[in-house]
Amino acid sequence: MSTSTAKAADPLTIDVERVRGDFPILSREVHGKPLVYLDNSATTQRPNAVIEAIAGFYRTCNANVHRGVHALSEEATDNYEGARAHVASFLNVETPDSVIFTRNTTESINLVAHSWARRHLRAGDEIMLSVTEHHSNLVPWQLLSKEMGCKLRFLDIDDEGHLRIDQLDKVLTKHTRLVAISHVSNVLGTINPIPTIACAARSVGAKILVDGAQGVPHGPVDFSALDCDFYAYSPHKALGPLGIGVLLVDRDLMEDMDPFLGGGEMIRDVTLERSTWAAAPHKFEAGTPSVADAVGLAASIEYLESLGMQNVRHHEVDINEYLLRRLKELPWLTIFGPKEPSDRCGLVTFNDNQIHPHDLGTVLDQHGVAIRAGHHCAKPLMRRLGVMASARASFYVYNDKNEVDVLIKALLTAREVFGLST
Amino acid sequence: MQGLDDLYREVILDHYRTPHGADVIDGPSVQVEGFNPLCGDELVMSLDIDDRRIRRLHIKPSGCSISVASASMLAQQLEGKTLDEAIKLKETFKAVMRGGEWPPGTDPGDLEALEGVKNFPVRIKCALLAWMTLEQALAQHDPELSSQVETDKDIEVRAH
Repeated sequence: MSTSTAKAADPLTIDVERVRGDFPILSREVHGKPLVYLDNSATTQRPNAVIEAIAGFYRTCNANVHRGVHALSEEATDNYEGARAHVASFLNVETPDSVIFTRNTTESINLVAHSWARRHLRAGDEIMLSVTEHHSNLVPWQLLSKEMGCKLRFLDIDDEGHLRIDQLDKVLTKHTRLVAISHVSNVLGTINPIPTIACAARSVGAKILVDGAQGVPHGPVDFSALDCDFYAYSPHKALGPLGIGVLLVDRDLMEDMDPFLGGGEMIRDVTLERSTWAAAPHKFEAGTPSVADAVGLAASIEYLESLGMQNVRHHEVDINEYLLRRLKELPWLTIFGPKEPSDRCGLVTFNDNQIHPHDLGTVLDQHGVAIRAGHHCAKPLMRRLGVMASARASFYVYNDKNEVDVLIKALLTAREVFGLST
Repeated sequence: MQGLDDLYREVILDHYRTPHGADVIDGPSVQVEGFNPLCGDELVMSLDIDDRRIRRLHIKPSGCSISVASASMLAQQLEGKTLDEAIKLKETFKAVMRGGEWPPGTDPGDLEALEGVKNFPVRIKCALLAWMTLEQALAQHDPELSSQVETDKDIEVRAH
């Protein structure tokens, strides 16, 4: 493995200083200190390009989509459908028709539960999840299994936070109809071997849904190569706007899915008694969509493409190496997840063995450092790890090693505040 | 850091390190569990109430320094007190945490140290957890006290 000095000269490394200039919020202060934003796994910040794209839509071509014959509506529709096409090319999806816009990853997963699983699952069928799932990829399946009489089965993790792939054969059975698994754990940072899991799922005839909330932001994602049936993600975790989500669906499955919400936009014909449905993906997008956010999403993809997703990944691994090395210098910390920086995305979850994560979060906040403290919407995993809560620092394209140093310094100050040795 | 020193005063850290009310009670008359679903802090409160007096009190806290210290101070102050005294202190403390002042003539004891929490609005619910739990515990002991139970969207309390 190359040293970080060698990495600095690597042409694939992102020019962080230039990138930072594109994000207006990064120049603000918090409690009189420069903002060090390390809560990117919750939501990232937005570059000017995204902010301007959203404002530009409202300034110049705001109208509803798919209904007017006037020029603005046509432009708005072109923008909206153009965003769909951009998502498809970004994630190597065969056709834009496979891209459904939702509100967020949670809604995308609920859409699969409602429109696909409720139609195809029967009592006694099994759904395989992992113990690391975010509540958004657990609770919808709990609700569904209660309603349908299905059974949930869980793949465990090893001590380092890798999925127990060796136990796949035991957890998958001839009754497994669906495997719903995260691409990257939002707590451990582990990048899961989706193609391996998809292959095992196929061998028992199960469909596979990937929760990509922490996947898409952190490196190249190729929907076709992953060989999954459903892939959900939230663009706001990858520089895009809040309020728009994405669900990718294998084209062959779309016709065998029921509508999600009923209303305008999603119909072909309506009489007083009954309706017929528009073709996918519109069948799944009832009501006026978040058009400006789709425009902002397209701008965020364009921005990430200009950086290059492979470079985004290199930058993360580079920061990870430094971050893990610095955190390991503090012997009172427990660090969760894989030891190898290249096995994880740009987040590290840890605990000070004597300071509660909320207290740590408060002390860090006073230093301008924003981290997440709590259960990270993954309470079963917290229990599995034997903790009530933990602290998580998550990095993105605009974070640099100086900010790792600020974090470490703030962690040392927390020890002083609590009268603990350093 | 002025704000931090004001929040994490030595007396708070002392309560956090060695909380009062640690002794387990056999066969308590009331036992409730309070938790804050947003941050995951929780505590189990057991009360031995006899003749409208809190004879013994046990709290098993699991949370941040503020929630543990506040629970410890509650245990320190209320063991041996009458229900009326407990209710009065609870109401006063809640009012203080929400921006009020300690009324003249009252001795807040160690609770005074929690004043600094008021400068950290997101942490006020940490200081209130034990007190909101107490409120439910008292109502469970005496249904006539349930009219004074306040619903807090951030804090849930249930029978243990």
